[in-house]
Amino acid sequence: MKVTIDGIEIDVPKGTTILQAARMIGPQVAPPAMCYYTKLKTSGGYCRTCIVKVTQGSTANPNPMPKPVASCRTEVMDGMVVQNFTSPEILEARKGVVEFLLINHPLDCPICDQAGECKLQDLGYENGSAKTRYEFKRREYEMIDIGDKIKLHMTRCILCYRCVKTAEQFTDERMHGVVHRGDAGEISTYIEKVIDNDFSGNVIDVCPVGALTDKTFRFKQRVWFTKPVDAHRKCDKCCGKTRVWLKGEEVVRVTARKDQWDEVEEFICNSCRYDHKKTSDWVIEGPSPIHRNSVISQNHYQNLNELKVQIMKQQKALGFMPIDKKP
Amino acid sequence: MGKKLLIHNDKVHGIETLEVYRRHGGYASVEKALKTMTPDQVTDEVKKSGLRGRGGAGFPTGMKWSFLAKPEGVPRYLVCNADESEPGTFKDRYLMEKIPHALIEGMITSSYALGAKASYIYIRGEYFYVARIVENAIREAYAAGLLGQNILGTNFSHDCYVQVGGGAYICGEETALLESLEGKRGNPRIKPPFPAVAGLWGCPTVVNNVETIAAVCPIVMMGGEEYAKIGIGKSTGTKLISASGHINKPGVYEIELGIPVEEFIYSEEYCGGIRNGKKMKAVVAGGSSVPILPTELILKTAKGEPRLMTYESLADGGFQTGTMLGSGGFIVMDEDTSIVKNLFTFTRFYHHESCGQCSPCREGTGWMEKILKKFLNGTAEEKDVELLWDIQSKIEGKTICPLGEAAAWPVAAAIRHFKHEFLEIARSKKFVDVSHYDRLNLIRR
Repeated sequence: MKVTIDGIEIDVPKGTTILQAARMIGPQVAPPAMCYYTKLKTSGGYCRTCIVKVTQGSTANPNPMPKPVASCRTEVMDGMVVQNFTSPEILEARKGVVEFLLINHPLDCPICDQAGECKLQDLGYENGSAKTRYEFKRREYEMIDIGDKIKLHMTRCILCYRCVKTAEQFTDERMHGVVHRGDAGEISTYIEKVIDNDFSGNVIDVCPVGALTDKTFRFKQRVWFTKPVDAHRKCDKCCGKTRVWLKGEEVVRVTARKDQWDEVEEFICNSCRYDHKKTSDWVIEGPSPIHRNSVISQNHYQNLNELKVQIMKQQKALGFMPIDKKP
Repeated sequence: MGKKLLIHNDKVHGIETLEVYRRHGGYASVEKALKTMTPDQVTDEVKKSGLRGRGGAGFPTGMKWSFLAKPEGVPRYLVCNADESEPGTFKDRYLMEKIPHALIEGMITSSYALGAKASYIYIRGEYFYVARIVENAIREAYAAGLLGQNILGTNFSHDCYVQVGGGAYICGEETALLESLEGKRGNPRIKPPFPAVAGLWGCPTVVNNVETIAAVCPIVMMGGEEYAKIGIGKSTGTKLISASGHINKPGVYEIELGIPVEEFIYSEEYCGGIRNGKKMKAVVAGGSSVPILPTELILKTAKGEPRLMTYESLADGGFQTGTMLGSGGFIVMDEDTSIVKNLFTFTRFYHHESCGQCSPCREGTGWMEKILKKFLNGTAEEKDVELLWDIQSKIEGKTICPLGEAAAWPVAAAIRHFKHEFLEIARSKKFVDVSHYDRLNLIRR
């Protein structure tokens, strides 16, 4: 099936969604996704950040679709033409969605453990505006422990339902869900510390924001001061292939490995995640691939002066004048 | 007097019992359909009749029925949407309360046409007493052999169940209704697949409004072509209108589609004019979610033609100068009404009822309510009108289900037609009223 996204044509198998097709082309056309997760069935469609405009439904029915569609849940048709970043309408609508997601978000990034690897931060920088028009009190919740090692900070939650679906599809029994309705809705277990399952820790990895955090890592370290390396160990519960975050020789945290789209490659068990915090527990394979624009790649503060010199050299070569020396 | 097909004998004493109902010609359509017609013939009659869904969207019922997938070995279901929760709409309640057997008769006939072995009537939680009335009627129908095995001696068997909802507006959306019926949280599903392909428990399902199902009986009795003669153009048949607001005679009226709006408001047969001899200011023609129209636009279209009570005429001019027939919740407002306050009430409702699944509706409805509250307590500024317009435009069409639109349209229409009122309040910093808000806020969590 041929589909054209932002003017780039690609041939994809039947049943592919627009989002997957766009990801096959590459990040330059891939819409952002906050709730969609490739490995979770029925995920997606809730956050509306991935909306795209379908200007031609298919070759057989060339009419445009009347409304923007959620690309993560819409399957491609042969001859479909999709506009994502090329449609000003979509960019405006997406800006609106980002604003909606942020109006009740506490924006406590300076004290949030997710800062630096937060999808909402990325989304806000890429698609949002710098100022908010919201002037009312933001929604607040008490922090709760939903599991032995998992802290739920509902104030930060964007209700993507990823954790609910993870618990439903990868653990025996789902203990948490969404209670209440509308903007009063919250992820909850009703009973504290009830989540007790070997794979429950994965909800932390799928959370796009800092709503679910690892209690063994909370406030230990900013992510950009740590060094992620791919490592493995022999585990009888899971694959044992993880990403180990090091600070010097110390293992500060263990997570699952994530791919280019920040999605978990293979889910890991709680034993690997929480109980093996010694370098000797792991066989280190090598540094993890981290995108060069990620803040995690920018952790060489000791080289700041060197960097300055380099920048000035480049500016000189390009013929720029330093700002303060302009006449 | 216009023709009445649905509630013509609503004043008959004891019509809610099977005995009286049958004496007045009830269940004739079941007998006619089951004994003399094939299921396809019934569907054909409904198609010919041009009956359109009475729940709000106005989708042709015959076409909806023909979309129903009929794979071998998979059960099909008919679900009756009696989760009537739109502010201003109370026609289904009236019908079920007065003549419950009309609905059950329609359920049997429609299920026969669709080949459904079981059907469900999903009644909203607040209508618990109506559910009891309908359940009694079902019990009577079982006892008389109109439901159950081999109905009226034919080989058609059917079971009908009543399910009471938890009192959520969102469960009136068909896929959320199905979720709720399955015992899950009432969140709308993402379409496709449509219920006609994968609905209740993944089986092909038709979801119809109470009035639509009840209208199948007269169609079977009089024939589709005869039914199509009532009304104008594509708006055929009769429609129940629940009239409320500042009129002399609020209530449920059955009208022939095509009567002028002016006649409906001012004639003694229907609303009987505006209360206390006041002037009319605005009308919400089809339940709170449809755009509000000022007097000059509701009586006459932008082209100057008189507006009629039809799907097409009310929608004439699009949303710029038109509105929708919707579910028939006709709310009339007199000259003393504050449009801003009214809009606040509507918006508060949609905020309260948003399921919270997708972000524009979850966050946007609450935001709009907060801004409108500023208007009421006199702290609003002129730029808030622009902001309100921008928020509604970012909700409309970006959500999973139509609740987003239902929340955005009234805001858009109020600003479109009554912007001066918003600006006046913003400039004068006048304290309108928040007492009812605070009172209701106590009830809310």
